[in-house]
Amino acid sequence: MGLLTIDAENLYYRDLNAKIKEAVRKQNIKKIIIKNARGQRFIGTGLQEKDVEIIVESGVPGNDLAMFMDGPTIKVLNNAQDGIGNTMNNGKVFVHGDAGDVIAYGMRNGKIFIKGSAGYRIGIHMKEYKEMIPSIVIGGKTGDFLGEYMAGGIILVLGLTKDENPIVGRYCATGMHGGVIYLRTDKVPTYLGKEVKVFELNEGDKAKVKELVEEFCSEFKEYNSNDILNGKFIKLIPVSKRPYGRLYSPGNHFPLPEENYFSNKKVDIEKYYY
Amino acid sequence: MKFTFSLKPENFIIERDDERCIRCGACVQQCSYNAHYFLEEKNKVLGINHNCVGDGRCVAICPTNAIRIRQAENPYRPNHNWSKEKMMDLYEQAENGTVLLVGMGAPTPHPVYWDKIILNASQVTNPSIDPLREPMEVKTYIGSKPDKIEVVFDNKTKKPDIKTKISPQLELEIPVMFAAMSFGAISLNACKSLAKAASEMGTFWNTGEGGLYRDLYQYGKNTIVQVASGRFGVHLDYLNAGAAVEIKIGQGAKPGIGGHLPGEKVNHEISVTRAMPEGADAISPAPHHDIYSIEDLRQLIYSIKEATDYEKPVFIKISAVHNVAAIASGIVRAGADAVVIDGIRGGTGAAPKIIRDNVGIPIELAIAVVDERLRKEGIRNQASLIAAGGFRNSSDVIKAIALGADAVYIGTAALMTLGCHVCGMCYKGICNWGIATQREDLTKRLNPEIGAERAKNLLKAWKHEIQEMLGAMGINSIESLRGNRLNLRAVDIHEPYLSILGIKPAGA
Repeated sequence: MGLLTIDAENLYYRDLNAKIKEAVRKQNIKKIIIKNARGQRFIGTGLQEKDVEIIVESGVPGNDLAMFMDGPTIKVLNNAQDGIGNTMNNGKVFVHGDAGDVIAYGMRNGKIFIKGSAGYRIGIHMKEYKEMIPSIVIGGKTGDFLGEYMAGGIILVLGLTKDENPIVGRYCATGMHGGVIYLRTDKVPTYLGKEVKVFELNEGDKAKVKELVEEFCSEFKEYNSNDILNGKFIKLIPVSKRPYGRLYSPGNHFPLPEENYFSNKKVDIEKYYY
Repeated sequence: MKFTFSLKPENFIIERDDERCIRCGACVQQCSYNAHYFLEEKNKVLGINHNCVGDGRCVAICPTNAIRIRQAENPYRPNHNWSKEKMMDLYEQAENGTVLLVGMGAPTPHPVYWDKIILNASQVTNPSIDPLREPMEVKTYIGSKPDKIEVVFDNKTKKPDIKTKISPQLELEIPVMFAAMSFGAISLNACKSLAKAASEMGTFWNTGEGGLYRDLYQYGKNTIVQVASGRFGVHLDYLNAGAAVEIKIGQGAKPGIGGHLPGEKVNHEISVTRAMPEGADAISPAPHHDIYSIEDLRQLIYSIKEATDYEKPVFIKISAVHNVAAIASGIVRAGADAVVIDGIRGGTGAAPKIIRDNVGIPIELAIAVVDERLRKEGIRNQASLIAAGGFRNSSDVIKAIALGADAVYIGTAALMTLGCHVCGMCYKGICNWGIATQREDLTKRLNPEIGAERAKNLLKAWKHEIQEMLGAMGINSIESLRGNRLNLRAVDIHEPYLSILGIKPAGA
């Protein structure tokens, strides 16, 4: 049940990750503090231990933080880079700063909270299955292609930063065919994917947003959940689970002959099947 | 818009010998395409030619051998440019305004260079070897090989030991593996057949982008798990269940095109395995959105290695395209343990026809240029080369190895052992042979025990044939043939393809 502090200065990413894995798997360490992260990739990648907490206290962790991660919690007290939570299966990630591109690609479950803004291609092809519903909350704003090809899960963008940028970039929700995107704005994004429609939040949505915002505020204490929830929200959901269903040729339909194709009498075809 | 009549004539004509037909109804009951019809009041079985796809099911099962299927002649004025197929495709698009879908590999008349490459044999000077009496090694290791091997001797015992750390390797008893075909594209019984055959024959099968169904984890030692752009069914246990991980960038039948499993095929089992809702389309985007460069590819490769503790080789599968050699070089430098190249004749469960038939290059040329390029750059040892795309028999395999491949993937050939007749209707999802379908009444037609035996038989036969061909060449190990293009000669191949293939014309 120990605590391990690792100074990552001059530590190669493979050595750093090997240290983390060994601590978690062999020494039963539940809390790891990383100091002086210098862009080491894959921190937390492939960890499956549910009650482990990794805190990147100083410095910036590298790409693919928490990729394929399946349980632990990672807190980054600084900015983070690209690819956080790529194909992540479970667990939580908190980033007390901005994050880069391609966050939560193909994410399957778990939660990601970014206090600041995030870059392009956030939440592409997130998916959900029964109780496995991934969610990502971004306190600031995001770039283009938010939720492209999204197949499930929840994306919540709060737009709390004071800059002039729109809350999301262009081509938001292009090809989206599952899940839901909530934006804290009253403006419909430009170049919105034609696969989605914009709705007001219903009671169920409000409960979901409230839950996520409260968790967001409990980690990022300078924000007050009531202030955030008082803002206007819109909801984007896909109009079809099958956006490209009609793009392809049906080919032969293999119809049975009509009643009087061969005769005038009705034939009970069913009984010749199983 | 539809006319009230169809402009598309039949492709096949069903001929039934009425004297032989005993009206058992087997063809009516078995044809999922509704090509047979029982007319009760006249006590007659009739064929509906328009519905026939020529998959041979009725011919095979008819107990009195009363059915013949023959190709329908072209009813239009003969025209080399406007062939019957081209006209029918056009009529269909005029009706629906849609992209034409197809299954299986391209049937287009692009040259098959295997048929124009011949093998050498020993005569007089270098005796041939009889594999029935002498050892003949066809074992193959897939994975990154070290640049050099450092041997150290123990101070006391003086015994040698290898100091160099060897990357993880797959050990193949025969250099033939089953290509990536997902549970979804093919039925669970088909997956089971291939998995069982692979594990009993000491080779590998590939999950495709469909996740690994729970009953198939037992074959993990002989499983290659695939990670593709949709990341369906990809999680830690899945990555660690397999013997190797394959990142799919492209597929020979549809280079540059994503995958699309229609919602009709996503039943309960598939939805569990892929962790997606039942009835929703499973859409794999065309690119991986986390790979926009060779550097990004390296990052994905190493994230998978990191997640699997550097214990599994990572393959990268691409389709053979114009500058395939440079791409393969980048892939090897990105850290892949094997490069898989899928040629233009590679199969598919569903692809746009226009892409399948017109995009990509033949696998023979791709193997030759990739092997040559990697050798010239001095990095050939860093990754194995696996070829795929329309391999039909053991001589195709051995020619590929002599051109420079380490092993091959077979897809269509593997399915043919299970009964596939290459009718190309996989995308309809009502395969009469229980292979490319998820409909329960159809999938139960394929018994995985029998399927596994038949797939095993094919591998056994090919293994023996490969040994025979090696022996004839006077070679006793497949390692000695790899990239040994001197054992190949070309007939009827002209420059510049001769120099691309790096082989001499026959007689020279």
